[in-house]
Amino acid sequence: MTSSQTIISRPPRIRLFRGPLALKDAVFVVVLWASGVLAIGAMAGVLIVLAIGSAPALTEAGLGAFVADGDWYPTAGEYGLVAMVAATLAVSAGALAVAGPLGILCAVYIRYYAGDVAGAAFRVVLMTLAAIPSVVYGLWGMTVLVPHIAAWQPPGTSLLAGVIVLSIMVLPTVAVLAEAGLRQLPASLYLGSLALGCARHAAIKRIVLSSAKGAVAAACMLGLARALGETMAVLMVVGNAVAMPDSPFASVRTLPANIALEMAYAIDVHRSALFVSGLFLMAMVGLLLVLRRCWGGADAPQS
Amino acid sequence: MSARKTVIAAFSLALTFAGLGVSHTQEEVRIVVTGSSTIAPLMMDIAQRYEAAHPGVQVDVQTGGSSRGLSDVRRKLADIGMVSRALGADENDVAATRIAWDGVALIVHAQNPLERLSDDQVRAIYTGQATRWEAFGSWDGPITVVSKAEGRSTLGIFLDYLDLDIRDIRAHTIIGDNEQAVKVVAGNPRAVGYISIGAAEYHASAMTPIRAIALGAVAPTSANVANGSYPVRRELNLVTYPDPAAPVEAFLRFASGQQVHDLISDHYFSPASD
Amino acid sequence: MHRNLRPFVNDLVVRAAVAAVVLVLAAIVMHVVTRGAALVSWDFLTTAPRAAGRAGGIAPVLVSTAAVTGVALAAALPLAVGAAVFLVEAVGPHTVAARLTRGCLGVLAAVPSIVFGLAGNMIFCDWLGFGFSILAGGLTLALMILPIAACVAETTLRMHGEDRRAGYALGLPQRRIVWSIMLPAAAPGIFAGLGLGFGRAVAESAALIFTSGYVVRMPDSVFDSGRTLAVHILDLAMNVPGGDGNAFATATVLLASVAAVVALFTALDGKQGRDFV
Repeated sequence: MTSSQTIISRPPRIRLFRGPLALKDAVFVVVLWASGVLAIGAMAGVLIVLAIGSAPALTEAGLGAFVADGDWYPTAGEYGLVAMVAATLAVSAGALAVAGPLGILCAVYIRYYAGDVAGAAFRVVLMTLAAIPSVVYGLWGMTVLVPHIAAWQPPGTSLLAGVIVLSIMVLPTVAVLAEAGLRQLPASLYLGSLALGCARHAAIKRIVLSSAKGAVAAACMLGLARALGETMAVLMVVGNAVAMPDSPFASVRTLPANIALEMAYAIDVHRSALFVSGLFLMAMVGLLLVLRRCWGGADAPQS
Repeated sequence: MSARKTVIAAFSLALTFAGLGVSHTQEEVRIVVTGSSTIAPLMMDIAQRYEAAHPGVQVDVQTGGSSRGLSDVRRKLADIGMVSRALGADENDVAATRIAWDGVALIVHAQNPLERLSDDQVRAIYTGQATRWEAFGSWDGPITVVSKAEGRSTLGIFLDYLDLDIRDIRAHTIIGDNEQAVKVVAGNPRAVGYISIGAAEYHASAMTPIRAIALGAVAPTSANVANGSYPVRRELNLVTYPDPAAPVEAFLRFASGQQVHDLISDHYFSPASD
Repeated sequence: MHRNLRPFVNDLVVRAAVAAVVLVLAAIVMHVVTRGAALVSWDFLTTAPRAAGRAGGIAPVLVSTAAVTGVALAAALPLAVGAAVFLVEAVGPHTVAARLTRGCLGVLAAVPSIVFGLAGNMIFCDWLGFGFSILAGGLTLALMILPIAACVAETTLRMHGEDRRAGYALGLPQRRIVWSIMLPAAAPGIFAGLGLGFGRAVAESAALIFTSGYVVRMPDSVFDSGRTLAVHILDLAMNVPGGDGNAFATATVLLASVAAVVALFTALDGKQGRDFV
């Protein structure tokens, strides 16, 4: 998920001098490995819970029923998830396409344009916005944004509304993380470029951003992950009709919204089918991570 | 540097201990109630009143949906489950106590001049045969059809009443809770939805720009729901395993008795008269 | 484009982007504050909710929120830093262990909160026997914060390769290098990640409905169920007719307290950041 490429060329891996390991060092190594295992365990725990929940639906209907190009009427035995997978990708990709570049520009602003006070203040604002509950963004989307779209292109609850609300929600994550990445660059890099006669925009575009591309890409990736998993706000503005996203004004349903919308009142196989939606979402994210790795070194900067 | 670390460590610890708190009295009786988000706010009020009258008893109300209520009772995570529908035939391992009724009415935007819709017209709207308001006279524009998510009991009784299958429904916006339907319809003059009659009554009195329309011929009021003349209604139940423990049974009696009828009315439901 | 115009246009793009972001965000904040601020009073902050939250205040909700967030951050900090140091120090960047760990964190970052809620409910409330409690909610949140905090911590740690190599060149043991060189150097990034994690924790509702719960009584301990601000807002706005006013008032309180905490974080962080710029 993050890069190993930094501007500092990677040294050969440094091995610990293998003398008799002091107790403290041994404990340290054990703690380190335990931390790594815990991270994997957290993910495994979630996966196990999803697998247990999914089992009844997968044994009764089979995986084929979920990937078949069918409708979603789980109480009537139809479990097609394809349209929701497409909608989830469309909403999240749209949100990242807006929030990615804007977030990076915000990070650049804080680091290289704003003064100390303005930069810090803007950062506080961004972090505060990251802490607004999604229901509040959803309420704003529902009562302000959706009626405007509805007056123009009914029904208003749409892919477009989802992309707009989600971009706003993801932006602080991208901006704050990208800014944290930029902050770690040695000051000499930027100042050196200026000293060599680079214009500010060129120094930022060619030197700074390309040096920090690992951190910037990681920021975008986490933003995308946040978008893929976002539930409440999306549920409140996208309309939730199960359909392929064939127009920005069409009502669509994402996988997380599907779970949140129906889980509360679903029983038996229906409930289990919702766990399968969760598995699909995780499989999608896993696939995206693999694709990103396969795609030429994987750390293409986003802007 | 180390000063900073100390500050942070102290901060985390303080927060943790603020949480850990002081006492955890063991002699208290705790009753856990989980389930339907429709009933949860009402149950929270009933629990507060019960706790005030019975020191030493704590009633913890959790929300999350009817299916969670049932599953928590079965997993023994809860003593009482809240289920906002009648129990199914395969759910007779638990016993239900009905506490209230809730009716379902259509809602349209306040600007929509339509006074009523026949069942056939509602059917035409919800199956996508009628897509514009012009078909019904004095209102214009494309209809935005708001329906509820699969599994919700409001959807179930709406479909039963109109004798429709879930696969016949062509909705533009699918919502979960009543308030979401209210907000969607209030924000879109051409929308139509259906919600709990109690919620519709509240919003009519609170100047929200929506208006309730009857399903059928009887006026959609909670009084008509209570006396049974309004046809589209569902029951709100509390479920337990048969023969619950004495404190749980006492609470059940309280929650289904006269002394909470004012609370039920406050939440715009109709008390179940037995 | 004329060459001389380019710097001007580029600067304009940056400033226009920031202005647009600030405008939209200000609109949302104003939407909340104009509807909520008038209802916030000393009584609102110090009394318990009545009539399902339509009347009364939010005192127990505030306490529960602080407790849940505290538990979450206290558990997430060591988990995240541990995972990051593991990735940087214990395994090579391209080993199977590293890829697996990073992949798991990446997928974890996109798990919808309601799935965390169901998992937390099963793991903490049921299997570990915590019941619906602040502890179960906080630990569930810690797992949610983990990916974002660990990712930032790792990125930051990696950017201090030179300090690290200097440490090794001096023959320091790994433990000392991590504790005394890498972690202090990476502190700003770790705090940025934790700050975002804090935001995520405070904003979370779906995961908490299934774990820390819905009870509005003042909690006695972390083993009590307690409703957080976000859950309160969600319930009032989506589930209680006539709850909108207090929902916006609660959101106003939430915004104000978060801004205060983040400003504190930034102040702690600012001194540190300067050393490296």
